[in-house]
Amino acid sequence: MIRIENLSKIFKTSNEVHALRSVSTHVEAGDIFGVIGMSGAGKSTLLRCIAQLEKPTSGAIYIEGKNITELSGKENIELRKRVGVIFQGYHLLMQRTVRDNIAFPLELSGIKKEERYKRVEELLALVGLENKADAYPSQLSGGQMQRVAIARALANNPSILLCDEPTSALDSLTTKAILKLLKDINEKLGVTVFIITHEIGVVKSICRHVAVINEGELVEQGATDEVLSNPKHHATELLLGISNIAEGGDAE
Amino acid sequence: MMEFFMEYKDMLFEGSYETLLMTFASTIFAYIIGLPLGVTMVITDAHGISPQKTLNTVLGTIINIGRSIPFVILIVAVIPLTRFIVGKAIGPVAAIVPLTIAAAPFVARMVETALQEVDPGVVEAAKTMGATNAQIALKVLLPEAVPSLIRGFSITTITLIGYSAMAGAFGAGGLGDIAIRYGHHRYQADIMWVTVVLIVVIVQAIQMCFELAAKKIDKRNK
Ligand SMILES: Nc1ncnc2c1ncn2[C@@H]1O[C@H](COP(=O)(O)OP(=O)(O)OP(=O)(O)O)[C@@H](O)[C@H]1O
Ligand SMILES: [Mg+2]
Repeated sequence: MIRIENLSKIFKTSNEVHALRSVSTHVEAGDIFGVIGMSGAGKSTLLRCIAQLEKPTSGAIYIEGKNITELSGKENIELRKRVGVIFQGYHLLMQRTVRDNIAFPLELSGIKKEERYKRVEELLALVGLENKADAYPSQLSGGQMQRVAIARALANNPSILLCDEPTSALDSLTTKAILKLLKDINEKLGVTVFIITHEIGVVKSICRHVAVINEGELVEQGATDEVLSNPKHHATELLLGISNIAEGGDAE
Repeated sequence: MMEFFMEYKDMLFEGSYETLLMTFASTIFAYIIGLPLGVTMVITDAHGISPQKTLNTVLGTIINIGRSIPFVILIVAVIPLTRFIVGKAIGPVAAIVPLTIAAAPFVARMVETALQEVDPGVVEAAKTMGATNAQIALKVLLPEAVPSLIRGFSITTITLIGYSAMAGAFGAGGLGDIAIRYGHHRYQADIMWVTVVLIVVIVQAIQMCFELAAKKIDKRNK
């Protein structure tokens, strides 16, 4: 579904930042794939490259078999509709109601108003926000805003949902509810979920596969149980809390 | 008091009307020029959705030059253009030309600032949905900036009331003209003060209306 080959990204500011160093991985269709790493490890950069918000310095990304850097403008827009994205900061349109936020991608596709709103009703039911259709984002809680963002990302029936720390701004109960929603979406709609996080709990609770990224390098990956029960890299141990930074030993 | 009012009311009404005409007409024309200019500045900015360094620098320079020319000089400098467009260089309609030219670059900057306040994350989200640049400008940047744009519109209008009074010194008519003719040339301070009060009232009314509208329309703090 998503294949990444030797992906590197260098940011050229005053100095060069190697945000990604030859990252390769593969996400299968229907999977919930987690990418975990410390702050600054390059997680968001990886997602942003897949979402085409950042141009890779080298390497290739294939989505559904197509190299995304080689698409024409029109193919590109089509592809973007097959890939939904949600962010930690929700990024909703503040001057639009919940209904019109969710309808927004459909509006971009030129779908008629009546059809648009019919689809919005389905999406509102899916994320459990039927009673908030006419509210504005500023009237919602963080968890509700993320639900709106999820509904919006699903409006065009994408095959992939990319999530950049979707629960990092939420309390633990709300986090649980959002993760359950993502799992439901994966199971009921068959959407492949690619989720970035720095919390091991997120990986434990929903990811079937996980990749660990450390200082721009993908240091280990595999089935979640295996990676978590038998961590091979120090970074994984740190994230698991088995090891701590100060002592490099046991965290007990 | 009553006599004073009866004697000068027609003149003061006419002056107020001319001031409002000059102000609103030039505000609208200034937006016709300045709004697309401001949007283009934001879009072609290095961090914009379609960076174009040369175009951005050229437009930015034109805007800066426009903004730095003192208005009194501008009025005189554009007289040939005013004659060409309006057919004469005197009167409130003629004053619309220099007022528009003075305000357009100001409007461009105001629009630019308003659009820059829009959360870049929302623009990115729209990109991930396959929005074209035109759709981002028309469906994200402008609508999200509306409250801020309304406040900018109010500031522009008020600034132009001040400018229109200055244009009054050059025969543009309006309340500024009256203040100068009676207050300065004929030492009738009472009339001058009445025009000042009228201008203050107009400015306050405009400010209040637009502020209310901006508050009502803004959905961010509800
Ligand atoms: N636009 C940019 N320009 C320059 N450097 C950048 C840019 N974006 C990211 N970086 C750098 O690249 C590195 C990786 O950043 P990235 O945002 O991918 O990390 P992250 O793993 O998502 O961290 P966090 O958990 O804090 O979100 C960091 O060193 C960051 O400073
Ligand atoms: Mg990040």
